Amino acid sequence: MGFTVLYLSLIIIIPLAALFIKAAGLGPAEWWEILTSRRVLAAAKLTFGASAAAATVSMIFGLLVTWVLVRYEFPGRRILDAMVDLPFALPTAVAGITLTQMYAPNGWIGQHLEKVGVQAAYNPIGVFIALTFIGFPFVVRTLQPVMEDLGKEIEEAAATLGAGRWTVFRRVLLPMFVPALVTGFALAFARAIGEYGSVIFISGNLPFKTEILPLLIVAQLEQFKYEAAAVIAAGMLIVSFLMLLIINLLQRRLDWQHR
Amino acid sequence: MENRPVTTESPFVKGLLITSAVVILTLFLLMPLFAVFAEAFRRGWEVFIASLNEEAALSAIKLTLLAAAVSVPLNTLFGLSAAWLVTKFRFKGRAFLLSMIDLPFAVSPVIAGLVWVLMFGAQGWFGPWLAERDIEIIFALPGIILATVFVTFPFVARELIPLMEAQGSDQEEAAVTLGAGGWSIFWRVTLPNIKWGLLYGVLLCNARAMGEFGAVSVVSGHIRGKTNTLPLHVEVLYNEYQFSAAFACATLLAFLALVTLGLKSLLEQVTGQKAGGH
Amino acid sequence: MSISIRSINKTFGAYKALEDVSLEVPDGSLTALLGPSGSGKTTLLRIVAGLEFADDGPGKILFHGQDVGGVPAGKRGVGFVFQHYALFRHMTVAENIAFGLSVLPGKDKPGKKEIADRVKELLGLVKLEGLEKRRPHELSGGQRQRVALARALAIRPKVLLLDEPFGALDAQVRKDLRRWLRQFHDEIGLTTLFVTHDQEEALELSDEVVVMRNARVEQVGEPQEVYDRPRSPFVYEFLGNVNKLKESEGKARYLRPHEIEVVFAAEFDPRTDVMGKVLHLFSAGPVATLSLKLSDGQFVEVELSRKALDEMALDKGDEVAVRLTEG
Repeated sequence: MGFTVLYLSLIIIIPLAALFIKAAGLGPAEWWEILTSRRVLAAAKLTFGASAAAATVSMIFGLLVTWVLVRYEFPGRRILDAMVDLPFALPTAVAGITLTQMYAPNGWIGQHLEKVGVQAAYNPIGVFIALTFIGFPFVVRTLQPVMEDLGKEIEEAAATLGAGRWTVFRRVLLPMFVPALVTGFALAFARAIGEYGSVIFISGNLPFKTEILPLLIVAQLEQFKYEAAAVIAAGMLIVSFLMLLIINLLQRRLDWQHR
Repeated sequence: MENRPVTTESPFVKGLLITSAVVILTLFLLMPLFAVFAEAFRRGWEVFIASLNEEAALSAIKLTLLAAAVSVPLNTLFGLSAAWLVTKFRFKGRAFLLSMIDLPFAVSPVIAGLVWVLMFGAQGWFGPWLAERDIEIIFALPGIILATVFVTFPFVARELIPLMEAQGSDQEEAAVTLGAGGWSIFWRVTLPNIKWGLLYGVLLCNARAMGEFGAVSVVSGHIRGKTNTLPLHVEVLYNEYQFSAAFACATLLAFLALVTLGLKSLLEQVTGQKAGGH
Repeated sequence: MSISIRSINKTFGAYKALEDVSLEVPDGSLTALLGPSGSGKTTLLRIVAGLEFADDGPGKILFHGQDVGGVPAGKRGVGFVFQHYALFRHMTVAENIAFGLSVLPGKDKPGKKEIADRVKELLGLVKLEGLEKRRPHELSGGQRQRVALARALAIRPKVLLLDEPFGALDAQVRKDLRRWLRQFHDEIGLTTLFVTHDQEEALELSDEVVVMRNARVEQVGEPQEVYDRPRSPFVYEFLGNVNKLKESEGKARYLRPHEIEVVFAAEFDPRTDVMGKVLHLFSAGPVATLSLKLSDGQFVEVELSRKALDEMALDKGDEVAVRLTEG
């Protein structure tokens, strides 16, 4: 007991408290000034916007991929299933440089996108791609157990009542997936907000344009603006904690649906 | 009869769905993985070997191993004791403790580094005190370890808690009635039951410890050959346009990820169930 | 509407689930498919519903003389009630019941008002008035079962199929619901086929019992008939308690516990009786059960009325004459 609490305090609680105390050293007016500065607002807009877009696409990809992995037997299924965790396991810096290399104007995918007039890397689109890469395993891994535990009876019941396959999916299955999908979305979103390594290479890091919040914190640190860094970090943490709270509530909802 | 069970789709729809999923996974997962190796070997074996067999790279590997060697055992110990605490006892503040354990998952790696800078950096709480005594934490090994410990903090506990929760205390109670003492219960009853979960947690913890970038990047100071871990070394090389060298070092990390995934699949086969995510 | 099942075969890989099964279910009857697990009864029910398909061959399923083999489950007009109810968790009771009506194609789909009226009517029928806004997880097992039934009936099915309808309920609820279902069936007169492994349930509830074993139909008949005149030792043993008495040359004789008489030792009749010793007696309730060891070493169980037992004032260890009359 003693060890657990002591360790937890030393590693997590005290350092985080230090951050908030540092941030609290500034008054509300200074907080406001930092958080509403043009550069912070631009970074926040990019971070939250790209995170939301990435989590949304993750949700759609995740639904499709999970359905296929759970429902169908095909060669290579087991390997693909195992590979879904790659973004969890691959160090973010590796993901970052690799995605950049692929989506850069002369990269494997980038050169084709270039032809249709899309510049992916060094652009908000690049940020979105990196965050989708990071986020979509969360959706798959949240949805997968729900889909696996479903059983055939529910669908058979709907079918004997005259519902066609698409109707069964839309009116019976999809609503049952929604809590898991939303939880997956929230997890992917929460991760995306704080993501650093996989984004900074592909984003190009132009202030006001392709700079994300975590990078802005680093930039403040490099200029020895510790208070500003702490304030931005505190703001991000508050959003993250709210996300965590929402995730917990969603999880509880999932639990009662499974009773 | 051309009948098809009501819980299946027509072959056309099924084929379409499988194809799109496989295309997405290939573009999104397999291709990047392949790209790492392709870029690393673009200029041949010699360059690949030379990039790894270089002083800065070797020192980065050494530092990475060292940081993992300290933080993984620490967090394993903590994970075991925390899981033991929250699953075998009911006490006030238990829910708080549980959410604290999860907390680092919700914290940006950059912030995980920042908190240590604010504590021990030159401008930090203990900065002046440390400076007087000539103790270096930030931009040195201790800072790197602290940042690593912070981000890998929940992994072992997160794996063990649901596992031990599901197992309950029946077996331990039976052991107590048979006269076993605390340590012998732990070694002979609890540990054998959780060994696969523990192994999996340690595996994940290690993968993250060796691969951590954001948190370590904030505290390391990027001193080449001194405070660069392998991921940081990759970054430096990449930013210096030494792509082949950067990707050569990246293959080591990608290989680590593959080994982790492989062991995970293996563990799932051994235990016959799906291990948790994250 | 009558159901005719003609020479149905079904294999799952190497496993034979149904072997040349034929059966007639008369219009308006309540028929039980009874058998141990693995006997093929649920597979048969699912084939009738169109959830499973018989092997290629001469096998046919006819509803009122019409082959429904190529008709998909949703168009067969069957109401199917699943063992675990399979209610839609995210819908209210009313939405569950209305589901079958709401998925009808545009021109056949009844209006909102019509659907609401039908739901109300069905809730009344299954005695769940006032619960339309509840969700499945807020209902008891028995209530869920009746919602599942109402949902199946909403589409005005031509036949009703129930898979172990009381399987997941506790003993008391089971009994109540069983009586209720019998009454309910008599009121609406819908051809009903249900699967059960509980012989008491099958005998008490149905007009006709189909005993199944190892992928085949073992015997079909009215409950009284299959109980009194079992066609095989399996049916004998499966339907209620039975004493198996070995006779000469490996032949055995089956006697139900109530078919054996017990009289005072003094009234011993060597033509019909065997001497026996009371090992154990249990007499809580109107029927008393005696365990006896016969003089030839075999054991039998006998049921007699509590009154008869009291009159004889029997006790453990008493010697009695056991009269093995013809059943």
